[in-house]
Amino acid sequence: MPPSYLLTVLTLLPLAGIPALLLLRPDDHTWIRRIALTIALVEFLLSLLLVRGFVPGTAAYQFEEFRRWIPDPPIHYHLGVDGVSLFLVLLTTFLTPVAMLSSWKSIERRVQGFFITLLVLETGMVGVFISLDLVLFFLFWEAMLIPMYFLIGIWGHERRVYAALKFILYTMFGSILMLVAIVWLYELSGTFDLPQIQTMLISGQLTLPLRTELLLFGAFFLAFAIKVPLFPLHTWLPDAHTEAPTAGSIVLAGVLLKMGTYGMVRFCVPLFPEAAHRLAPYIAVLAITGVIYGALVAMVQTDLKRLVAYSSVSHLGFVVLGIFAFNPTALQGSLYQMLNHGVSTGALFLLVGTLYDRRHTHLIAEYGGLATPMPVLAALFLFVSFSSAGLPMLNGFVGEFLILTGTFERHTAWAACAALGVIFSSVYLLWAYQRVFFGAVQERNQKLPDADLRERVVLFAMAGLILWMGIGSAVFTRRTEASARNIIEQMQRPQLYNARVASARRLDAPRTGAR
Amino acid sequence: MFPPRGDLLRLAPELVLCVSGILLMLVEPFLTPARRTVLPALAALGAALALAATILPATHPGMAFSGLLRVDSFSVFVHVVVEMAALLVVFGSTDYLEREHIQHGEYYALVLFATAGMGVMASAAELMTAFVGLETSSISTYILAGYRRDAPRSDESAMKYFLLGSFATAFFLYGVALLYGATGTTQLAHMTLTSLPGAPTLLRLGLSLVFVGLAFKVAAAPFQLWTPDVYEGAPTPVTALLSSGPKVAAFALLLRILTTVDAAGSFWFWALWVSAVLTMFAGNLAALAQSSVKRMLAYSSVAHAGYILVALAAAAAADQMALGVAAVLFYLAIYALMKLGAFILVAQLGGASERHVGIDDLAGLASRQPVAAACFSLFLLSLLGLPVTAGFLGKLYIFNAALASHLVWLAVLLGLNSVIASFYYLRVVVVMYMREPHQDWAPSPMPWAVTLVLLVAAAGTLYLGLFPGRIMGFASQAALSLR
Repeated sequence: MPPSYLLTVLTLLPLAGIPALLLLRPDDHTWIRRIALTIALVEFLLSLLLVRGFVPGTAAYQFEEFRRWIPDPPIHYHLGVDGVSLFLVLLTTFLTPVAMLSSWKSIERRVQGFFITLLVLETGMVGVFISLDLVLFFLFWEAMLIPMYFLIGIWGHERRVYAALKFILYTMFGSILMLVAIVWLYELSGTFDLPQIQTMLISGQLTLPLRTELLLFGAFFLAFAIKVPLFPLHTWLPDAHTEAPTAGSIVLAGVLLKMGTYGMVRFCVPLFPEAAHRLAPYIAVLAITGVIYGALVAMVQTDLKRLVAYSSVSHLGFVVLGIFAFNPTALQGSLYQMLNHGVSTGALFLLVGTLYDRRHTHLIAEYGGLATPMPVLAALFLFVSFSSAGLPMLNGFVGEFLILTGTFERHTAWAACAALGVIFSSVYLLWAYQRVFFGAVQERNQKLPDADLRERVVLFAMAGLILWMGIGSAVFTRRTEASARNIIEQMQRPQLYNARVASARRLDAPRTGAR
Repeated sequence: MFPPRGDLLRLAPELVLCVSGILLMLVEPFLTPARRTVLPALAALGAALALAATILPATHPGMAFSGLLRVDSFSVFVHVVVEMAALLVVFGSTDYLEREHIQHGEYYALVLFATAGMGVMASAAELMTAFVGLETSSISTYILAGYRRDAPRSDESAMKYFLLGSFATAFFLYGVALLYGATGTTQLAHMTLTSLPGAPTLLRLGLSLVFVGLAFKVAAAPFQLWTPDVYEGAPTPVTALLSSGPKVAAFALLLRILTTVDAAGSFWFWALWVSAVLTMFAGNLAALAQSSVKRMLAYSSVAHAGYILVALAAAAAADQMALGVAAVLFYLAIYALMKLGAFILVAQLGGASERHVGIDDLAGLASRQPVAAACFSLFLLSLLGLPVTAGFLGKLYIFNAALASHLVWLAVLLGLNSVIASFYYLRVVVVMYMREPHQDWAPSPMPWAVTLVLLVAAAGTLYLGLFPGRIMGFASQAALSLR
């Protein structure tokens, strides 16, 4: 049985590694990289314990930790995971070592600072997913901006400072209003503790007037929608991605964007069901617009990294759609698609990064016929593209399929429109693939080396994961199912929920009595 | 006649400060120029003793000098903040004064006298006493602002500060006179709307003028116009003092009047509301366009006064007074800490004659002086209100107070202002971390005293960002002691 303080360990381990890195000489790059990677790998292995100890079939928070922190107003150190957050934590701990390996050679300036930044970022990301106190959540949410800001601003490409500033200003704009909403919610409920607020809402102890609920929902939703990013708030994303170093893009696309959708699932929907119901049609329209718009814009990109960035807008639109379809299947699909997108897009950025390492350009026109000099990379790129485009047997298919089926049950038109996005995604990915890897080899590309051992290890690991997530999705969905169902039930009107809880209790009563 | 022992104990910090100041000036003629370095040590000792002496009023709460002073948790809290500020300013000044060849005893004496004045303001229970405190601290700081008398900017700063400050005190004094006319007393506790029937107009006028006078002192819009010029021209360690101590004391006096005089809260509420909004926007929008760090920080001081006014408005909205007052006090404490740290750092980096106080002069600081850059970033991020720093919790408490008083719009406007502010704070961080250092000059290494100030301020900022419980407990206690 894993220790009860596992979550604290997961949060603080990366921070604890920083002194070790600081002790090394700043120019001792090899050992800085090795130690940072070791910490990240240990973190990953520890996070696997979470899965082992996680009890499927219940929506309750597990591995809970609760300590008093600030007495007045009562802010607690309250951690816990459930089906929604479990795999997002894993995604974080998986992608961080991947990000480190991706920058093994490409980062040569201020190496020490780079790895410290990545570790701080990891702490922030893990913290966001496991905080059950609203202020604690906000603390990690905002604290994580700074390392990401440095990551883009110091180690990025030419227009890095502009992109970093744009990234942070967009995010802060949304999140400060969320802070106001958090405090307002505290004034209404008397607590910052998420499970407690949920209990109060369900039991009817706390009822929000519709206007208040709409405003609160709006403030939370804006913060998350900017992060996702939902059309039309997405304009920071292409810049941030294009200018970020490969590691930054992997973490940004893989984890940071998920924080937005995670927030919607965790806070927006269960806390403000009435508002969510009323606004869902509008949100769905934005999500579908995002799916199609993102795909169309991705099609015409000349810059490979920008293309992948826009594909994120499209894919995340799917996830948002699945969340606001209010159907357990669609929600499960969304939760799964978050992971898929993290892995597939992470892998795509990694591949684009390996190309960049060789040629120092992201322009599609600069490449062509690369399959000849680098067959392994070409094969892997194709595989990952298929995954991103949602080819059956691979992970992307499962998520998109669940979202579309779930949505179809209630909103046929939404599903039909969104399905267009699936088609478009194969168009832009395969067309880009064709232009980069097929055709005549330009002379300067002829001698490009194929993937080396480090790149192969990482890429094959990710490809394996993609395949496994496509076939063995039950491993994941089994653990997320109860939580997804619970959220949808909380969504329904409280009376209905109460009735259901009561009847469930009646059914349970003899059993518990017998025990 | 000698005052009773209890009264003296309640005035102990001020006594220590004044005696130390006088001693400093008496000692100076006997020192050879080479031995002048003993002066800051003496001054620091004085400030530290005053800080230690604050334990006496803390253990002897009550009225002193027939109701002129009121010593309670509130006044003790403010005392500790202004004395800490004085101590840090003394440490932060010595190398600057040495470099500018103005290492004199009276500089430190003035710092200590100003602090004594602020102490009186914090515990004044009567308006004439408050005025004496205000004048003591103001006159000392007028002189300090012009302390680099060979530099025209410093003279300009002192002149402006003196003229506008005198206006402000005149307003204040006139207000006091009207209040006396309206209520027949200068004792705050006896000053109620009902004390003289038929007096409200005079009372209103009086309260308005008192508010205007103190709004000048805290640099609240529309009376903030003097701030950037004065802050920019004054010697930077003095700016550090100006932005912390006097502001804290003036806010303390505002709070004291607000909570003690029944009519003040409801009467001032809209003035506070409007002034808070104007101040936030005036400070933040102007700060966006600055190219000098010092001036930018000056405007940011204005903006922060606006944030504190939000909490004051929350306190004035009656039902949740203690929450608002506690938020103000906590914010004042952390604000003094981060501003002091930032200005002292600028004083050091500015180099001889403050030639390098532009934002561009900080280029590449991170690679030359990593500790300084890290500390400065920490102060800036804390001023911006990012989590894990004290600034975040300060802002959280203000939000909390504002929303508890149902001032949703004010909270939202405060939020928007933080976003505007992030633009100029982060720009400095960008310059320090993402630009290449200048080749033609390099900032001189940090002397130990400045490093000490920086580390204390940085540690405090982090500590209060993570464990505010104790200080917030004191602040709440202080807020409760006001009635």
